[in-house]
Amino acid sequence: MLHTVNKSPFQNTTLESCIRFTRPGDVILLIEDGVLAAQADTSKSDMLSQAMATAEVYALQADLQARALTELVPGVKVTDYEGFVELVEKHSTHAWL
Amino acid sequence: MSEEKKKIMFTVRKAPHGSIYVYEGLEVKLIMAAYDADISVVFVDDGVFAVKQGQNTKALGIKGFAATYGALVDYEITKVFVDRQSMEERGMSEDDLLVIGEDEDTEEPIKPQVVDSDEIAAMMAEQHNILAF
Repeated sequence: MLHTVNKSPFQNTTLESCIRFTRPGDVILLIEDGVLAAQADTSKSDMLSQAMATAEVYALQADLQARALTELVPGVKVTDYEGFVELVEKHSTHAWL
Repeated sequence: MSEEKKKIMFTVRKAPHGSIYVYEGLEVKLIMAAYDADISVVFVDDGVFAVKQGQNTKALGIKGFAATYGALVDYEITKVFVDRQSMEERGMSEDDLLVIGEDEDTEEPIKPQVVDSDEIAAMMAEQHNILAF
């Protein structure tokens, strides 16, 4: 399962809920304001690190660049639109809107 | 030609009345119920407020949907689940849930089933499509 999260973890609990419903082998893709969770050394970094014990975590490059996010939580993979499409092809998707 | 029934899950995570999401989601559920699909509905996060009994939208001047939720079983939508943690975090218990229909034989009222997140995650993994509202 591919979970896409487009909300800031500082604004609401969408990412937290998504992580609670994540199973081994799942992928979480952070897009739009969701990429704010990927920055290193924030109050949400530990939550994301713990999620990576279960799931792979990706962040969309275009959204990271737009927000000047360069220092990421270790283990977060950066992907582009092509990679986004590949993830969607490989998994069924749930958009955590 | 035999084709596997499509498994379609609706996840409802928004609170009712403050936005149009829950209303629109219910419309889509009823439309989809007309097709031969395996439909399930899961209420998570603020979505659990959509299935709280006793909602009265009269003073808001809007129709509300509690009556429609009360007829889900009539539309053959019987797989209706509520996330236990979301419900408990919001001070709700099973007794607070509205009735979604009645048993054909016993006429007993049917309520949504309260389940844990791992059960919901397992159901999510089986779906062909998940529509979020």
